[in-house]
Amino acid sequence: MSPASRGRLLVWGGYAAVLLAAPLLFRSGFALSLLCQMGIVVIFALSYNMQLGQTGLLSFGHAVYYGLGALFTIHALNLVQAGWKIPVTLLPLVGGLAGLVFGVILGYVTTRRAGTTFAMISLGVGEMVAACSLMFPAFFGGEAGVSGNRQSGGPMLGVSYGPQIQVYYLIAAWLIICTAGIFALTRTPLGRMANAVRDNPERAQFVGYDPRRVRFFMVTLSGFFAGVAGGLAAINYEIVTAETLSASTSGLVLLATYLGGIGFFAGPIAGAIVVTLIQMGLSSLTHAWPFYFGALFVATVLFVPGGLASLAVLHVRLWHAKLLARALGVYARMAVPALAVLGIVVFMVELAYKGAEDPPIPLTLMGVDIDSGSAGNWIASLVVLVAAMAAVRWAWRRVAPRWGEIEAALAGNRA
Amino acid sequence: MSAAALELQGVQKRFGATEIVQGVDLRVEKGERHALIGPNGAGKSVLFHLISARYPVSAGTIMLHGEPITGLKPHEINRRGLARSFQVTNLFHRMSVFENVRCAALWSLGYGYAFWRRVDRLADANARAAQIVERVGLASRSNVSAGILSYAEQRALEIGVAIAGGADVILLDEPTAGMSRTETEAAVDLIRRVTEGRTLLIVEHDMSVVFGLADRISVLVYGRVVATGTPEEIRGNARVREAYLGADAHA
Repeated sequence: MSPASRGRLLVWGGYAAVLLAAPLLFRSGFALSLLCQMGIVVIFALSYNMQLGQTGLLSFGHAVYYGLGALFTIHALNLVQAGWKIPVTLLPLVGGLAGLVFGVILGYVTTRRAGTTFAMISLGVGEMVAACSLMFPAFFGGEAGVSGNRQSGGPMLGVSYGPQIQVYYLIAAWLIICTAGIFALTRTPLGRMANAVRDNPERAQFVGYDPRRVRFFMVTLSGFFAGVAGGLAAINYEIVTAETLSASTSGLVLLATYLGGIGFFAGPIAGAIVVTLIQMGLSSLTHAWPFYFGALFVATVLFVPGGLASLAVLHVRLWHAKLLARALGVYARMAVPALAVLGIVVFMVELAYKGAEDPPIPLTLMGVDIDSGSAGNWIASLVVLVAAMAAVRWAWRRVAPRWGEIEAALAGNRA
Repeated sequence: MSAAALELQGVQKRFGATEIVQGVDLRVEKGERHALIGPNGAGKSVLFHLISARYPVSAGTIMLHGEPITGLKPHEINRRGLARSFQVTNLFHRMSVFENVRCAALWSLGYGYAFWRRVDRLADANARAAQIVERVGLASRSNVSAGILSYAEQRALEIGVAIAGGADVILLDEPTAGMSRTETEAAVDLIRRVTEGRTLLIVEHDMSVVFGLADRISVLVYGRVVATGTPEEIRGNARVREAYLGADAHA
């Protein structure tokens, strides 16, 4: 076996092993539903990156395919309830086909142009489909949504989809299939031409390809995988509401994908995991989680435009170049002032959120109640914030030359 | 008379009220190397954009192998066997040298929009790409991103992408612009080799390149072809010398 194919086997084998082992390591009910949600969002984000990262299409309406996939699946589930003989295991395929069909219809409209025009049209189409949920309540379920019962099919080979763990393995199996499918697609003529169209649609025309056609195929196929993700969501939650295909869902998948890194195949996987953790984990700790989520996103766009994956790749390269120790030295010097800024920002945000409760409640920190209504507390916090930011600036001035040397050494190593 | 590889009849282009190309007639015979020269602003690049359909023509007909291609889209014209390079480097900058060339070869080998075949297993596409990367002298840079190549390397890749689809009519827009003397000589040598047996229409400012490479030359001044002929005829043409060449003709 060649080293390349051995490496490939290792990566895919490891991926499958992690998916198999995850629920054995995290056994609580909360952890299991977290893992299920993660798996769904990973497929959704990977499908989104077929457009954003691979074809260069920024869509604000990707939830349409996810939501319609979910809706068709939940209706199919209700048909199973009514006696149709479709195995529930294959129902995500119904979602995928719905995503594919709507990808053909909507993609024809949206992919006529790229760039800003595509982004605007995708937003408009997304709003139109979301508006349909109020116009056709019989199909979209109106305000209450459509619910179903994932055990409708009855047990098949001992699998009834009653216990959550069975749903987890259903999601994991589809996740592996979808990841492999989306990855394989990047290695096909269409996948490569999608990259070419992303880089330079004009030149793609002059080598014989119609960029519009390439975009259309990519949007359609990405609609299929988004539909599978939606189908799994329908089976997992047993309810599909209007929110599933809303702009906020589209926004979430965009944030997850970008956060993970659109330039790397595994980027959206990392992004989906982190976003799900924030969404489900942090939200149980604080009401301010959307604020932190937004701040994280802004920081990513500003400081790490390549996303988490690029950060990982950078550190692997530092390690190979034997520069990691020096980089860690820089981090150590920055850690104290940076954590101070982070701490005081979190403190102020939490203070504000507690103050906004009705009636306002004090923030309890190490047994001390801090009054959010007191001007003195706010002024003191601001002073500390300014001081901490000055400390970051001071520390960065001192380590910046060192960081510059590391970067230069890394660049020299590469050339 | 058999059909020309490329023939322009009364081709005009207006941008608003400005007539950039004022009725160009041009015939490029099969297998010849034809140079298009003229002072800045004569409309040479615009004429290339009209032939390759980057811009629509305002009037006139363009024929490729005797068939009209006016009104077709760029990719349709490419599929009929016309490929071009660009004056300003125009590559797939985030993709490797090899990938750039392979993408340029895919359509002509019939792979279309296939999403069920692995590119790494397309023996003919990979062989063609490797061969062209080798021919344009970038074999050692095969896995480097196009965006970080040196300028001369990008120009070479520009030619590689243009010829990879196996088109029999090649349009090269100032392939040696901005190159040093040595680089220019290497580029001319490369162009001569890769256009062997094909039809070439080239826009070029460097007179040594033009006179060294071209079988025939057309002179474009203010959007009109004022003369067409062999290098000797053009060199001796009083009107051309007056209008354009000046002292350069003796260089």
